Amino acid sequence: MMPSSRVAAAVALVWAGLVLAGCSTPPAGPSTTTTPDPLSGTVTVLAAASLTEVYGDLAARFEKLHPKVTITENFGGSSALAAQIVQGAPADLFATANEATMKTVTDAGLADGTPVVYATNVLTLVVPPSNPAGVTTVGDLAKPGVKVALCDKTVPCGSAAIGLLAAEKLAVTPVTLETDVKAVLTKVELDEVDAGLVYVTDAHSAGDKVRQIAVPDAANVINRYPVVVLSGSTNKAAARAFEQFILSATGKAALKNAGFGAP
Amino acid sequence: MPDSAPRSATRRGPAVVIWVIAGIALALLVLPLLAILLSAPWPRIPALLVAPETLQALGLSVLTAVISTVLCLVLGIPLAVVLARSVAWPVIPRRLLRAAVTVPLVLPPVVGGLALLLLLGRNGVLGRWLAAVGITLPFTTGAVVIAQTFVAMPFLVFAVEGALRGADRRVELAAASLGASPWKVFRTITIPLVAPGVAAGAVLCFARALGEFGATITFAGSYPGVTRTLPIASYLASQNDLSQSIALALVLLVVSVGVLLGLRDRWLPGVRG
Repeated sequence: MMPSSRVAAAVALVWAGLVLAGCSTPPAGPSTTTTPDPLSGTVTVLAAASLTEVYGDLAARFEKLHPKVTITENFGGSSALAAQIVQGAPADLFATANEATMKTVTDAGLADGTPVVYATNVLTLVVPPSNPAGVTTVGDLAKPGVKVALCDKTVPCGSAAIGLLAAEKLAVTPVTLETDVKAVLTKVELDEVDAGLVYVTDAHSAGDKVRQIAVPDAANVINRYPVVVLSGSTNKAAARAFEQFILSATGKAALKNAGFGAP
Repeated sequence: MPDSAPRSATRRGPAVVIWVIAGIALALLVLPLLAILLSAPWPRIPALLVAPETLQALGLSVLTAVISTVLCLVLGIPLAVVLARSVAWPVIPRRLLRAAVTVPLVLPPVVGGLALLLLLGRNGVLGRWLAAVGITLPFTTGAVVIAQTFVAMPFLVFAVEGALRGADRRVELAAASLGASPWKVFRTITIPLVAPGVAAGAVLCFARALGEFGATITFAGSYPGVTRTLPIASYLASQNDLSQSIALALVLLVVSVGVLLGLRDRWLPGVRG
């Protein structure tokens, strides 16, 4: 049985390697500061795609304040993230782009406490800088031949788009229904569609890669952004501290800078 | 008796450890599919299967996957012939050709879709010329076919190339020496010779095209009846109605497993009769 014992030896060797690699992180040395930071470890944040820039910025600043904490962020369509949490994805903090999607997680009993609404967002119309279809008002979206990208109705930006187009009494046939707001923005930036409905914050972060056109009724279709610590979190202290950082004056200023409204 | 071990091993079949590892590998492949079957909302399935969105996505998926497979056959067989003959080439062009054919296999499909958009989008390297004559590909069913052909082509090319390299070239040489033109040799000798490889490649190609998601959603977008294929519909449904998502996944499974089981054994990928 030479071959099998050799395989067993190889398996043992790999296993030992893995164990050693796991132990090779040097233990934290004695703290030099007078008040040691009680926070450490990793905080996994699942957040709506529209929060990509502002959460990324806040995470970097939080990590500077708490060097022993690592924030891992995963941005995507709120609904996809909510589905992942319901299916048992390990995460500490959850932030959606509307309350309806957050409800699927709180209804499943997976939130630790009540979600806090800390920001609002509204939609806006964006076109490529060259504005190939000559779009000047939201009404132009209903014109034949104008290629429009919207979010699918299963994600918050899609339900907001449906609400906004209904408020404008417009029947729009889009060429594509995307899975998150950043995918809509990308298609406008690449000039593959003539127009898209995205959040004002996305238009803001895209800068001069898109041209923004004001939509009169946009202010009436408001998405409220909740955040909550998840009951399955293995690092609740750090997760709660990052949540408080988002709700703090620093967080509020960053959100305002990114174009979010206050609740 | 150091040399008796291999002989007795072949007589008794693989060692126990091989069986155990093979079992783990098989479990990894099969158990996720079993989980779909176990968690399927069976009482709701019949209604979900005949729902208009399901039938629409199924129809679109089968149509585009069939067209993609035909395109892969038409374009891929000649490419496989060139690839098989490239063994006589210098090292650099030979390796470049093989790498080019392999790229769609290793590229994340979403990146492939983005690449297609940058090439064939209305502002793309080639796409702007197409747009000038009134052809725009993104967000059309044609874009779905192109995305599927892009990702599925290597499966066909490698299957056919493998068959070509295993085929007896002397038959072709004999036909040529009897006065057959190269094109006639290709049609009447080469193609029948590698038919099992072509069939195996076509099956894999169809299955890959049917399951295509990333390149399609990036290059073709997602709109019901036009570009929303079964995998995209299943993904979107998974966001708020898991039962619907599982029903769509079941349809995908049934179609691809059905095609694989329906073929004769020797035509299956990996089986050389």
